[in-house]
Amino acid sequence: MDSALATTDHADVHAEHDHVALPQHRHHFETEEQQREAGSFGMWLFLLTEIMFFGGLFFAYLLYRNWYYPAFAAASNQLSVPLGAFNTVVLISSGFCMAVGVWAAEMRRKSLLVLMLVLTTFFGLIFLGVKYDEYHEKYELHHIPGDSFNISMFTNPAGYGIKEEPLAPDMAQKTQIFFFLYFAMTGMHAVHMIIGIVLLFWLTWRAHRGDFSSGYVAPIENFGLYWHFVDIVWLFLFPLLYLINRHPLH
Amino acid sequence: MSAAIGNTIVSLPDQSTAQIPKRNYINNEHGLLSWLLTGDHKRIAILYLISITFFFFIGGAFAGLIRLELLTPQPDLVAADTYNKFFTMHGIIMVFLFLVPSVPATLGNFLIPIMLGAKDLAFPKINLLSWYLYLVGGGLTLGALVLGGVDTGWTFTTPLSTHYLNTHVITAATAIFIAGFSSIFTGLNFIVTIHRMRCPGMTWFRMPLFVWSHYAASLLMVLGTPVLAITLVLVALERLFGIGVFDPAKGGDPLLFQHLFWFYSHPAVYIMILPGMGVISEVISTFSRKRVFGYTAVAFSSVAIALFGFFVWEHHMFIMGVSNYSALVFSLLTMLVAVPSAIKIFNWAFTLQKGSITFETPMLYAFGFMGLFTIGGLTGVFLGSLGMDIHLTETYFIVAHFHFVMVGGMLMAFLAGVHFWWPKMTGRMYPESLSKLAAVTTFIGFNLTFLPQFILGYLGMPRRYHAYPPEFQVLNVLSTAGATVLGVGYMLPMLYLAWSLKYGAIAGSNPWQATGLEWQIQSPPLTENFIEIPIMDHEAYDYEWLENKTKNEVTTVG
Repeated sequence: MDSALATTDHADVHAEHDHVALPQHRHHFETEEQQREAGSFGMWLFLLTEIMFFGGLFFAYLLYRNWYYPAFAAASNQLSVPLGAFNTVVLISSGFCMAVGVWAAEMRRKSLLVLMLVLTTFFGLIFLGVKYDEYHEKYELHHIPGDSFNISMFTNPAGYGIKEEPLAPDMAQKTQIFFFLYFAMTGMHAVHMIIGIVLLFWLTWRAHRGDFSSGYVAPIENFGLYWHFVDIVWLFLFPLLYLINRHPLH
Repeated sequence: MSAAIGNTIVSLPDQSTAQIPKRNYINNEHGLLSWLLTGDHKRIAILYLISITFFFFIGGAFAGLIRLELLTPQPDLVAADTYNKFFTMHGIIMVFLFLVPSVPATLGNFLIPIMLGAKDLAFPKINLLSWYLYLVGGGLTLGALVLGGVDTGWTFTTPLSTHYLNTHVITAATAIFIAGFSSIFTGLNFIVTIHRMRCPGMTWFRMPLFVWSHYAASLLMVLGTPVLAITLVLVALERLFGIGVFDPAKGGDPLLFQHLFWFYSHPAVYIMILPGMGVISEVISTFSRKRVFGYTAVAFSSVAIALFGFFVWEHHMFIMGVSNYSALVFSLLTMLVAVPSAIKIFNWAFTLQKGSITFETPMLYAFGFMGLFTIGGLTGVFLGSLGMDIHLTETYFIVAHFHFVMVGGMLMAFLAGVHFWWPKMTGRMYPESLSKLAAVTTFIGFNLTFLPQFILGYLGMPRRYHAYPPEFQVLNVLSTAGATVLGVGYMLPMLYLAWSLKYGAIAGSNPWQATGLEWQIQSPPLTENFIEIPIMDHEAYDYEWLENKTKNEVTTVG
């Protein structure tokens, strides 16, 4: 009871008006502020579980990179830094649009919000397109782990026109572990992006309908947290996978 | 007052006029759909109670089959691979579909919002989703069973699970992956609710210890379960595509699987036991009519168990070729867990000291818990010692150890809790003398089943074999006989609790004269629990407050 009074005291006129008006207020929360805090707290906790989920893969990466460093370095050099860097820029742009979108929702600027959500989706799709291209190249080179995996590029790099030290066959075999981790980590990341884009379509539709134009912005804010989390995972993946042993000055 | 008949504190309303309250959460809405689509935490708790009871009896049936096979030294009931499927199914069902959700998803779901003075959990829809995920996970487990079973053991040990078996490993792994998310959502809901939904005046140190222990268990669910999820994804990928992450032939490391699996599965042990400890705190306090001794210590010991629980996983791997130095460190950390566990046991013992103890059924189960959990915990210290572990691991000693903790501990606590809050959940009392008989039967049956297994294990009988040398037969026959008694002990509550739904005496709001907020509202509660949100002005277990409150109160129902 006390907290409810406190909220109305401190809140501005709009908020007090909303307190009565918002249909999204759920019956079991005492105040709207409580509902909003619970929602964002829940989202942060969910992101914590996501960190633990990716954590298992990062742990495997740590272990095998220490054991098989030459294989990881050689395999990493086969990833395209320009494409990875381009994707990093794309994803940061997407995250920026999302952040502007959250601001637009809070400012109740409906058309700006819709525009920003569409741009977020657009950049997300570009990222996935580039990722598809990279995967496709690995498929053609037989660098997808499994029965058809081919190590000849690492045992005989000269034959492919690559200026690298050849790896002994048993170490070259370990590049398969690198590529498995590459596909598992970026694949899991891509799955999160796809889920995010599906949610973005739904949020864009709701924003267009005007759901977030009256001060109810929790879904946009919470989705924003999720989207930034997915961005941040990529910011770790890019250096760990693409930049293991690059020496641009040599 | 109708209280104080002989040595009991049960205070029931006048039975000639007593009635169940006209409006409550059970009759608020009607029809199957009103249950299947409900957001009410109490209804979801009942849905969970029904489904975990179902899986408990399936898991129990497999336990019965295992004991039946082990009645004789020869492999005469089933072949070796069928036996492997039996204990795998027993383990998967009991761990993931019974023990992990047992107390949190039923009693926790029902009570945490009420104990905090809230109308519901923070996310009712996610709560319902968690039940459906549980059902999907359970359904897939049964699917794996019907299609022909799994024989990896509940641990999915690689490379056995990835390279050598032709059974339904992926189905079972998917089932556990999905059931895992049900557990994550329950934990997430509890943490947010405890942080954000407490009623005015409900400070952290006025919360019942039941809530504290659920908070600690929820932290484990939220932080541990995702690691299990990714591990199972890796096992499935390894099986499907031969990606090599756990395959030494391709440079992978099977020990990595063990690390990842036990990083969840050791904390999972505390997910299973901590909520049970919460139940015991409530029961012991109520039936000795004293504040829990050292409330703060008990509260923090739950968090300490959760914290230490994350740093002991390697003790499952002492014989797997880990480094001696890390084994030493993990052995020490393992023994440290004994400290917060002992804090709880000692504090409960001091709560009993000079209390006005009565021996209702929940209290009998709680006493069972204290004794059996202590034995289970102490034998855990044996297993945490490096030298002893080499002799005892993978024998029946370890089987007996974790059954003392899980069955003697958690199942006793679960039954204590179900009996204790049965009047609150249903509005009716269970039959007291029959339930006391069941509690004693369970205790006797349990000890008869698992005490011989300590000796068997010490003598060297390995676990997971369907045959054994003839000199072990006497002890195995004792164990099987005990399992039969135990089976009766578990059937009884199901029967008389079902009976009491219609014929039990009307309970009234506070038959135990307990202090918790949940006992100050009608039984069964209203859909939104409280008529108006309470203001908490006393700490939990304040019996003076209760005495003042009830001094001039007439117990009425209806």
